[in-house]
Amino acid sequence: MRAALEKLGAVVLGWLEHTGRTFNLLLLVTVELLQPPYRFYPVVRQMYFIGARSLTLIVVSGLTIGMVLGLQFYNILQRFGSVDLLGAGVSLSVIRELGPVMTALMVVGRAGSSITAELGIMRITEQIDAMDCMAISPSKYLIGPKLLAGLLSVPLLTMVFDFVALFGGYFVGVVMFGVAEGSYVNGMIDTVEWSDVRIGLEKSLIFGLLVTLICCAEGFYMHLTKAGSQGAEGVSSVTTDAVVLSSIAVLYSDFLIEALF
Amino acid sequence: MDKLNIQLVTGIFVLLGIATFTYQAVSIGGVSFSEQAGYTLTARFDSISGLREGAVIEAAGVRVGTVSGISFDPDNYQAIVSLRVNEGVPVSEDATASIRTQGIIGEKFVKLSQGGFPDMLGDGDEIAATESAISLEELVGQYIFQSDAAQ
Repeated sequence: MRAALEKLGAVVLGWLEHTGRTFNLLLLVTVELLQPPYRFYPVVRQMYFIGARSLTLIVVSGLTIGMVLGLQFYNILQRFGSVDLLGAGVSLSVIRELGPVMTALMVVGRAGSSITAELGIMRITEQIDAMDCMAISPSKYLIGPKLLAGLLSVPLLTMVFDFVALFGGYFVGVVMFGVAEGSYVNGMIDTVEWSDVRIGLEKSLIFGLLVTLICCAEGFYMHLTKAGSQGAEGVSSVTTDAVVLSSIAVLYSDFLIEALF
Repeated sequence: MDKLNIQLVTGIFVLLGIATFTYQAVSIGGVSFSEQAGYTLTARFDSISGLREGAVIEAAGVRVGTVSGISFDPDNYQAIVSLRVNEGVPVSEDATASIRTQGIIGEKFVKLSQGGFPDMLGDGDEIAATESAISLEELVGQYIFQSDAAQ
């Protein structure tokens, strides 16, 4: 009985330590980024990797999701004879919910996993320790640009996703099923307000920060976790953890934001 | 890939993101940087149940303004609604403002019906004649309780 309790306690303490470490890293990097020298090119390179290279995936998934939503809403609304609400339904669900969440999940899968793997390999091959020896702060040099790039790229990707998804809904509704173009577009304009667009933007900013932070911290601190002692296998297991944790973080914080604001 | 190419592609990505955001904010979200010319009228209602700020004002079915503010008057237990009416839409002194619903379950909006007086209302004036929101539940409730009392 006591052994079981001790085990449980160790797990809980381990999780708390994990969370604390992650947010400590955020504080550390924020403070370091405020101090000169400021380097912009690394941020651009990370934005290229996290943002620009994800565009194809975002456009394809946005279009698909928009078309699926268009189909689903059309089938439901048709039963009530109110297909005029198609534009309103698609645009509101895309801009408020699906856009930010789907984009963040896509970024986790495409860029987040490789961030963790990259940092994890740098950790086990002692490249990070080498930087420490040369008095280069590895957190500022490696994580700073990634965090900034994530914070900037995810909202931009979300906006592209929203736009493409709205077009997908338009294509299915207006072009395929012949919903009146005016009622689709005006329904969209009448229903969606600035506050909805703003919440979508705020969500994507928070998701961008959370996703890159969790993926960076998992890789950067992999030597402090149990898996970290296992070399290549350890890298694969922290990468999996990073994807799982950041996906859960995105979905749960989405619920929290929606409930609180 | 060399440095220039990365910067170019990233630049295109950023521009694309900003352009789609601007489209959403301005065209769909309805953010305008210059307020449309117009004037503000007020109206008192016994009940505005369901009317929200930003709701549409219609005259003859055409959109002629938006509800710019809603406040509560504790003395008379009434709602004071500020109506932002577009320039070039005259409202006579005996016009009626009524709260209507689009369809059965649609959104609430304010309907303006022009009166016959030659004098027009100006900025800050009050529309005296108003019709409150019709609540289907209340109507049904009245009907039921009246028939109860009659028996």
